[in-house]
Amino acid sequence: MTTPVRIAQLSCGPEYSGVQKEIDEAAKAVDAEIFYPDISLADIKRDFNAFGLDVRSPDLKLAIARAKALVEGRVEADAVFIATCFRCAEAAIVRNELRRYIHENSKLPVVSYSFTERTTAGTLLTRMEALTTIARRRALLARETQVGLTLGLDSGSSTTKAVVMRDNKIIGTGWLPTTDVLESANAVIQLALDMAGVKREELQAVGTTGYGRFLVGEKIKADLIQEELTVNSKGAVFLADCQHGPSTVIDIGGMDNKAISVQDGIPGTFTMGGICAGASGRFLEMTAKRLGVDITELGPLALRGMSAQVAMNSYCIVFGTQSLVNALAAGSSKEDVAAAACHSVAEQVFEQQLQEVDIREPVIMVGGTSLIKGLVFAMGELLQTEIVVPPYSQYIGAVGSALLSSGFIMEK
Amino acid sequence: MAKVFIYPATSLILSDLVARFGHTPLSAAQSIREHIQTAGLESPPLQISPEDPKKGLKYAAVEVPSGVRGRMSLYGPMIEDADAGIIIHDADFAFGCMGCARTNELIIFLVKKRNIPVLELNYPKNDEEGAEFVAAIRDFLVGLGREK
Repeated sequence: MTTPVRIAQLSCGPEYSGVQKEIDEAAKAVDAEIFYPDISLADIKRDFNAFGLDVRSPDLKLAIARAKALVEGRVEADAVFIATCFRCAEAAIVRNELRRYIHENSKLPVVSYSFTERTTAGTLLTRMEALTTIARRRALLARETQVGLTLGLDSGSSTTKAVVMRDNKIIGTGWLPTTDVLESANAVIQLALDMAGVKREELQAVGTTGYGRFLVGEKIKADLIQEELTVNSKGAVFLADCQHGPSTVIDIGGMDNKAISVQDGIPGTFTMGGICAGASGRFLEMTAKRLGVDITELGPLALRGMSAQVAMNSYCIVFGTQSLVNALAAGSSKEDVAAAACHSVAEQVFEQQLQEVDIREPVIMVGGTSLIKGLVFAMGELLQTEIVVPPYSQYIGAVGSALLSSGFIMEK
Repeated sequence: MAKVFIYPATSLILSDLVARFGHTPLSAAQSIREHIQTAGLESPPLQISPEDPKKGLKYAAVEVPSGVRGRMSLYGPMIEDADAGIIIHDADFAFGCMGCARTNELIIFLVKKRNIPVLELNYPKNDEEGAEFVAAIRDFLVGLGREK
């Protein structure tokens, strides 16, 4: 039995929204425990005044005082979970400022989340898992070099990817759309092994990540089964060759998006999610289909267009598609529509998620959507920076898994 | 005897004062006790389930945060049931504290909207104000008894 990771909860409203049980369950599922930092009434008044954010809600004042107690070391914790009601402006300000305050003044990993009464333990699981991984596996996450012969598998919602690495080099890759989770996994593993020219039994360690990580990981007896937030961060800084110092990783996926603020390869703060499919790779797939081009052609097409020529609001994938159809019917060019679709996805990720993490350069885009040049361009324009897309960026999770799993070779 | 809604609803001192003058305090303790004693539900710490914020839709629309609606599912029915109300503004945390400022604004508005006798006081800052504070509450509660 390992010691449970102690996650300090700073919150307003979860117990009244009926979701505290879900938060507790998500933590328990990853062998962590939620606790409220214990502070005195006098501490609340003093610390709240010292922090200087004059909010009205007493629960938020309490959260501020608890954050100060954590940062100043008066209460010990391994990680911090900040949770407030979705749609509360006052709480959103506090959530953001506390996340930033903790991130800048301590080494505690922190995740913030805005919940509704529909929030479930399942929704929170990956975030909690990432928090516990950072707290528990700091030594493993510090690994900068892949050694031996290892395989990493990323079982994603849209695609399954595998990578074989030997002595810090990628020697085999496999990529297929995800259909049956296990079958897709086995198929991409074989593709990667064939390309590398090695046999399965020669592998010294295996790691899995992505939505199907548990199912596939147990089946193939993986040494490492780890959520994609920490794994992708590691893969990103490894491939972009910026393992030291700050960076920001953006992964616009098929089902959800991740924005991770990284320091020395380890996530400090991160957000995960996306309000609607309109902000995901799925919308770009649909756009490509409607424009009658392959998804690989969408990026170059978008680069030739002007996004401002087409009004597109794809906060919802249905309305986004409607805008797309209307624009084409009104005579807009395919290039402009493709550019508008890319801009729309980038803008939503920028507005909904990148506000929740501190953007620190270099900004690295990874995942399959990072190959869509129009999307990378749109994101660069919004962030006013040059985006780094490392080689093998679509294999980021698999590379991270192969790299980290090599840490298990010595243990065998 | 009257049913008196108190604000802050978590104030044990205020609840005790109301009870001492023979009235029934409508407070958080009462409502939360009912929740906690409900058998067959497992949603700690307050036994408020995701269904409760939906009940709160009666008092606040769906775009209002779930924490406000969950709280209103507790306090809304009490406000409806109240014959009178006592509202203490700017109370010290130790006197009684209600976590969410938006819920507090809504509660105070709904109490006033009921057109029931309401006593509004500022929390006392010294001994002299403290004596006046208790006297005002006493007079209000005694008066309620006479009205009844």
